[in-house]
Amino acid sequence: MIYLDNCATTRLRKEVVEIMQRSMIEDFGNPSSLHRLGMKSEQKIKSAREHIANFLNVDKNEIYFTSGGTESNNISIQSITNKLKKRGNHIITTKIEHPSVLNIMKNYEQQDFNVTYLSVDTQGYISLEELKDNIRNDTILVSIMHVNNEIGSVQPVSKIKDIIKKINPNTLFHVDGIQGFGKVELDLKKWEIDCYSFSGHKIHGPKGIGGLFIDKKHSLLPLVFGGNQERGLRSGTENLTGIIGFGEAVRVMNESHKIESNYVIELKEYFARKIETEIPYIKFNTSLDKNSSPYIINISFKHVRGEILLHYLENKEIYVSTTSACSSKGTEKSHVLKSIGLGNEEIEGSIRFCFSYENTIEDLDYTVKVLKESVEDIRQITMR
Amino acid sequence: MEKVLSVSLGEIALKGLNRKYFEDQLIKNMRRVIKDIGFEKIYKEQGKIYIEAEEHNFPKMINRLKKVFGLVYISPCIRIEKDEEQIKEASIAAIREKIDKEKINTFKVDTNRADKNFPIKSPELSRQIGGLILQNFKELEVDVHNPDTFLYIDIKQNAYIYTEKVKGYGGLPLGTNGKGLLLLSGGIDSPVAGFLMAKRGLEISAVHYHSYPFTSERAEEKVKDLARILSRYVGRIKMYSVNLLDIQKEINNKCKENEMTILSRRFMMKIAGRIAEKEGINALITGESLGQVASQTVEGISVTNRAVDIPVLRPLIGLDKVDIIDIARDIETFETSILPFEDCCTVFLPKHPVTKPKIEDILKSEEALDVESLINNAIENMELIIIE
Repeated sequence: MIYLDNCATTRLRKEVVEIMQRSMIEDFGNPSSLHRLGMKSEQKIKSAREHIANFLNVDKNEIYFTSGGTESNNISIQSITNKLKKRGNHIITTKIEHPSVLNIMKNYEQQDFNVTYLSVDTQGYISLEELKDNIRNDTILVSIMHVNNEIGSVQPVSKIKDIIKKINPNTLFHVDGIQGFGKVELDLKKWEIDCYSFSGHKIHGPKGIGGLFIDKKHSLLPLVFGGNQERGLRSGTENLTGIIGFGEAVRVMNESHKIESNYVIELKEYFARKIETEIPYIKFNTSLDKNSSPYIINISFKHVRGEILLHYLENKEIYVSTTSACSSKGTEKSHVLKSIGLGNEEIEGSIRFCFSYENTIEDLDYTVKVLKESVEDIRQITMR
Repeated sequence: MEKVLSVSLGEIALKGLNRKYFEDQLIKNMRRVIKDIGFEKIYKEQGKIYIEAEEHNFPKMINRLKKVFGLVYISPCIRIEKDEEQIKEASIAAIREKIDKEKINTFKVDTNRADKNFPIKSPELSRQIGGLILQNFKELEVDVHNPDTFLYIDIKQNAYIYTEKVKGYGGLPLGTNGKGLLLLSGGIDSPVAGFLMAKRGLEISAVHYHSYPFTSERAEEKVKDLARILSRYVGRIKMYSVNLLDIQKEINNKCKENEMTILSRRFMMKIAGRIAEKEGINALITGESLGQVASQTVEGISVTNRAVDIPVLRPLIGLDKVDIIDIARDIETFETSILPFEDCCTVFLPKHPVTKPKIEDILKSEEALDVESLINNAIENMELIIIE
């Protein structure tokens, strides 16, 4: 199996699986229980929180556990707007956000919020000028995705922060870091990020667990009430096994991510060069310079339906994603690819490859070989 | 007083000398759907079939029996001896039970005396019991035209008293009319076609065509889901899954673009015909409805029909789409049929398909293809899926 869909989810690291298994069978106590077994669990959560705080270089009391990226985005955005809506009703975001942000915004527009969606250029970057022009006195929140999940563009978060703080220092800044966490450079404190959302299963940790950083100068109110776990922000018995696995994944990542990231940069460059020489009529939808995420490359194959190509690859146990799906009711097209100005045919023919430290050069050689054969076969039919 | 389930037969009752054969097949089919619930005994008594089982299992059994073809009504009844006193007692009990369940104001007694030796004639017994009920339930009145409830009394070897008649689908017992091979797609029509023919007693197998990797495995999963729903009525289904992609590629390379669909349809019929021949199946079943799509014009149908010798049953041929949808909703395939599924097969759909193909032209086009070896390859590579 060659797994090139690491933006969708990742395989768990061995260390993570082992530690989770132990927690499920032996140390399974409820962290709120008063007995020793409960206390043991409480300590495990504490240490997982410390691993994450260490990695992000923040205080451990600034880290909250959630059920995943979607919930972290929801808590950040909704808690901030609940708190600040008396001050203003304007929010800025981009046209290429994840649905867990865009759908909140759509809902807000129906509740008398004004939302500005920043457009992006053909490489998927926002314009700092446009941002500058849109920050107003009543702007309470800017929410921006650090690394785009479909094309890998990395927004200049530090520069965005400078502009926000200069024009309206009262505007809070939320960063959706789900595809960037552990994969691209980040400095929460220096970049004065108020809230940062991240997830466990994109970094070889378990599904169903996510994290949220909230700068300690803010106190946000919960969306869900209950037994006041996670310092009252997110009630509900902790996902102990998930938290322990997440903590371990981050601990291992902290040791290895620089080496892994350099390795993945090489993979991406190798893959791009190889495809470019082997397969004609293609278009890179991800910039190949150092500004995009090393983990993601999105390519359109002319005269090919992405989904058909996906099934050809799956047949050889190579797993990738398309950003649009053919359906019996027409084609669902990616809002991200539309926003960077691709035409319908380019959108329908796009495939996303997402790498991890587990992939090898041999994997990529084989993938390009299968790609080449499949694309030729499909084009024989579609180019007739 | 004992509770039993009674099952009334529809058309089977008209079967004359063959009646026993139909009844036995029906009882076999009934056993199959209720055997895991558990029952004491199934027996025939003067035109109806009775099941002895625990009363608390009745609702679950009725729900399953409703889907068995060949039965018209199912009724939970009180079984007693043919004794006047017992009949009176049971009638009062049945009405009391009915009143406990729902609000009724009027009733009518309907007696059926199959045992002509019973001394009281039907109208007389109805009158007597009616009077008794009026005495015991002051709030009730008789309404002979449109009563809120009937009280049915069947006088046979035993006497049976009941108020409920749960409707079944009717038709003929599955397996009493040979075997059919259903061309099953993911759409609305073909599961309905299979249902309607099974209802006439035909045992159903299915063949499904896909174009993987041009279509997805999820699309095939959807077809399996439809077959699973269908199997609630028709039992175990053998489903043959055939990849048509090589054939489509070949047609695409060698034939006219606007004949793609009609040529593919002919291949589907031919492959189905081969499978039927090999498996001892007597007919093909399709969901075609006249004029619904380009290939379902009368000219189109006659060209596809010429692909095989075996009879092709088209139970939907004269139905409107809305009528087909009504049945699909009723048999619970509709919700699954309309699920969006990935379908990139549209690359093979001609922009302007021929609507009035001529057999001479189509036969000529087929000459460009090695039909025999294409069919053999497709059949060699087909998969058999058992749907239970």
